Amino acid sequence: MQFFFEVLIGGLLSGIMYSLVALGFVLIFKASGVFNFAQGAMVYLAALSVVGCMEKGAPIWLAVILAFLVMVVFGVLTERIVLRRMVNQSPISLFMATIGLAFFVQGAAPLLWGNQPRGLDIGLVDEPIPYILDTFGIVVSRFDLAAAGIAAALVLVLALFFQYTRVGRALRAVADDHQAAMSIGIPLQHIWVMVWGVAGFVALVAGMLWGARNGVQFALTFAALKALPVLILGGFTSVPGAIVGGLIIGASEKLAEIYLPPLMQGVLEGNFGGIEGWFPYVLALVFLLVRPEGLFGEKHIDRV
Amino acid sequence: MFNRSRKIALMAALVAGAFASVPAQAAEEEFFMIPSYRVGPYGANGNAFYGGFVDYLNYVNMKGGINGVTATWEECETEYNNAKGIECYERMKSKARTSAGPIHTMSTGISYALIDKTAADHLPLAMMGYGRTDAVDGSVFPYAFPLVTTYQMQASAIVKFIAGKEALKGKKIVFLYHDSAYGKEPIVALKAEASLNKFTLVEIPVAHPGNEQGAQWQRIRQEKPDWVIFWGWGVMNQTALKTAQKMGFPRDHMIGSWWAGSEEDVIPAGDAAKGYMSATWNVSGKNVPLIADIEKTVYGAGKGNVQDKGKLGTILYNRGVSAAVLSVEAVRRAQEKYGKGKAMNGEQVRWGLENLKLDDARIKALGATGLLPAVMTSCANHEGSGKVKIQQWDGSKWVLVSDWIEGNKALIHPLFQASAAQYAKEKGITPRDCSKEK
Amino acid sequence: MFYRETGQFKTSYGADQQIFPIRQDRIGVGLVLAVAFLVVPALAGEYWFNAILTPFLIFALAALGLNILTGYAGQLSLGSAAFMAVGAYAAYNFQLRVEGIPILVSFICAGLTAAGVGILFGLPSLRIKGFYLAVATLAAQFFIVWCLTKFPWLSNNSSSGVISTPTVKILGYVFDGARDKYLLVLAIVSVMALMAKNMVRSKTGRSWMAVRDMDVAAEVIGIPLLRTKLLAFAVSSFYCGVAGALYAFCYLGSVEPDGFSLDLSFHILFMIIIGGVGSILGSFLGAAFILLLPILLDVLLPELSSLLHLQLQGSTVSHIQTMVFGALIMFFLVVEPHGLARLWQIAKEKLRLWPFPH
Repeated sequence: MQFFFEVLIGGLLSGIMYSLVALGFVLIFKASGVFNFAQGAMVYLAALSVVGCMEKGAPIWLAVILAFLVMVVFGVLTERIVLRRMVNQSPISLFMATIGLAFFVQGAAPLLWGNQPRGLDIGLVDEPIPYILDTFGIVVSRFDLAAAGIAAALVLVLALFFQYTRVGRALRAVADDHQAAMSIGIPLQHIWVMVWGVAGFVALVAGMLWGARNGVQFALTFAALKALPVLILGGFTSVPGAIVGGLIIGASEKLAEIYLPPLMQGVLEGNFGGIEGWFPYVLALVFLLVRPEGLFGEKHIDRV
Repeated sequence: MFNRSRKIALMAALVAGAFASVPAQAAEEEFFMIPSYRVGPYGANGNAFYGGFVDYLNYVNMKGGINGVTATWEECETEYNNAKGIECYERMKSKARTSAGPIHTMSTGISYALIDKTAADHLPLAMMGYGRTDAVDGSVFPYAFPLVTTYQMQASAIVKFIAGKEALKGKKIVFLYHDSAYGKEPIVALKAEASLNKFTLVEIPVAHPGNEQGAQWQRIRQEKPDWVIFWGWGVMNQTALKTAQKMGFPRDHMIGSWWAGSEEDVIPAGDAAKGYMSATWNVSGKNVPLIADIEKTVYGAGKGNVQDKGKLGTILYNRGVSAAVLSVEAVRRAQEKYGKGKAMNGEQVRWGLENLKLDDARIKALGATGLLPAVMTSCANHEGSGKVKIQQWDGSKWVLVSDWIEGNKALIHPLFQASAAQYAKEKGITPRDCSKEK
Repeated sequence: MFYRETGQFKTSYGADQQIFPIRQDRIGVGLVLAVAFLVVPALAGEYWFNAILTPFLIFALAALGLNILTGYAGQLSLGSAAFMAVGAYAAYNFQLRVEGIPILVSFICAGLTAAGVGILFGLPSLRIKGFYLAVATLAAQFFIVWCLTKFPWLSNNSSSGVISTPTVKILGYVFDGARDKYLLVLAIVSVMALMAKNMVRSKTGRSWMAVRDMDVAAEVIGIPLLRTKLLAFAVSSFYCGVAGALYAFCYLGSVEPDGFSLDLSFHILFMIIIGGVGSILGSFLGAAFILLLPILLDVLLPELSSLLHLQLQGSTVSHIQTMVFGALIMFFLVVEPHGLARLWQIAKEKLRLWPFPH
């Protein structure tokens, strides 16, 4: 039982890490209907900018600010050069454009900062918390706990931003209906720049936490893969969905990885580990069969 | 880069034209096809390896070539992708008609795809520590060379290393591996070792790319193994080290394969990597005379291939140099039979690879003492060495903690022969008779 | 002037219903086929066959399969590579385990196996739509590759999971050389492309398009949704399966499950988006673009840098290639969001009048 809880808690905390990446997707999809495939590459760019600036001698707070500026500039340029010219195109063309963007960033970021894998020390040591280990015999990582705290704070800030600021309200209006928003005088382009900036900020946070966890390197772009089922489970348009989806995916995939292979081994010969790769997708699939718009997604009504 | 190699070739041609006394010799060129990867998830690894490889070729040229033959080369970016690797191979193949050095793909997948093609085109394929391991049996695979050592021999050597520290009987060893051809190859060897040495083996696969290993390490924590043998690649390595730290598993009881034992793998993991061990068939550091000389000669002349000079002396850089040393030696060996000062074609270099005599004296003459083990190949044994050293990361550099350890050849090599025989049967290949080869 | 259908009268239903009702199209297709079958084999070298033409045709076939599903029936799929994997491993196992089975039959069986798997993963499409449906195909992508790694029987108990295909032999003739393999692939791809062209203008194709444009409306006018969608999944997977078998047998020669990664699926998706969603021609154009552009950059950039006397270090060129590839994708989408096939359509319209303004 002790072990079960250890796996469960570890899974929930990993899930938060997935949510962080998923959040970036949600923000952009919500505001512009673009499924931004480049989010993974943005995480990479952000983390690389931080370590790159630190290597040049900047202290970490300055490096973070500089990296944020890089992300803002990136967002502005993306909007100016690509997205503005593609207004009113089909979602799939926009999706493809962001794939092109992802390639571009994957080439440009290492060109700018070098492709050497690097460590990122943000002052959190990833070790078991001794108190919990002694009392309950469960390993809970200090780092993961702190990351969860940061994620919670981030979501809170975003929620307040969307709910109570003028820009936030405009964002929600744009998300509901582009044309209606434009007709009441909301400047669509500014809003998009803003959203890409915010998504860049989320990518920065995700990039720093993932980078501190696994090292800053190209593989950070793979973090996006972990975010896809979270996104689908939680709904593309819901910030709380990304968090809850992350928790569900994280916990269930870890439990499945621990408990399912021995069961399968009982039935069939062989070693069936590594089901983490597909389990979240099948779970999301089963879930969608019951609720096709995701956990918190908006219900879509078709009219003929 | 091939614009540079072309310039060198051009210079060589000019020199040949200017000094008519050495006409044909200086114009002879040995072509090395280099399907490399320097971008993508494994780009950093490829950059160091191929940087070392190209630097050594430059170095050889600056020292008068391979018995007077200038090395030329061309690079093609494979992105570690099988289809792209084939395209590169096909593109460069036409240049390798008259002279062809061994081909290094540094990718198990691309090597597999090239085995049949290289055999059909009579080009030598070198797989140093990766690729199809049963190609050790040269009677079935005349053109494929898993040189120096293989995954199976390496796994066996690691077991031997552990046995040297404590009695294996009744112990538990976890094998944590990348769930692909690369990670699965050593399982056969480990199983054989487990039944021989009476230890319990627990296999735990990690799904690609391996950037999340919470569940696997929780299982390891539950299993309480004495050792973890670890077969990772790319981001999986740092994640494993970090997660081991998170779960409180001692890193000095983790031993990785040689693809999990480079600076690129441990530096990003920071303090979590301290004490971690890995196998390697080449040592790191600049105190090998050859590496120091490359730095002086090649980088002194501003012809270095890697931007970041800090890469010099790293494990992967030195591995690239070692690979190039073996390749050039194969050409030299072929020249001994087919004519010194001549360019060697694929068939001839193949003979050179199959009859390598890189003994300690020769290694010393090259200034590479300690860099790599002695390699003596034959038709029946394309591996040639089967030895590795174990190194430990002290937080800033790799420290060797063992001498050369040879895997259990008597146990492992029959496995290769059985596997090669099955391949020959499937493909309808009649194996050569190795006793008739010279 | 050059592409004018006026004056071409049809006197029978047969003439009216042929695949290419316009004479210029017939001549054009005939010319392309003649060049592909006769001129190219005479001119191209081994590099072109092995590294460009054969993979181009195979990827075009896979893209065609995906285009049927995504472009015509409107169901987004991110699992094409997995269906290719099913085809490759199925063909291998049919060859291995059924004594004396002709290779073409095993290709067809491989396609049918893939179709079966496709139907299975298509079932959720009745309930899930749009980007959410991508998850069903993503589940297929990861699950199938995992299965191929985990069940050694499928790879004939090879310790690494890699399969090496036997030689291709039809009626005693061994397809050994690069040219032979190209011709075999070309024949299969041309037949299947014509079949696809025919299918998309039939009742089936039209119901696919109706479902794509609005499935509720299609249901209202009496198109059975489940059957239509599943048929699209089946046909699409069949095409991908055959492409996978060709990929293993005629191109790579040995494949491992990891080779059929999500990355490959994405590449096939790029092909149809760049080429043109809902266009047979687009599948070919897109495959050519995605396949040839990186090769072209790989060849051109080093030349260019030496022309400009830039001393580029090893990895720099590779990184610039990736950047230029991404930038060109964006550029094409900004210029023509409907893909290369749309450019061809515009060209045809221009040719209708050109060189006269009216």
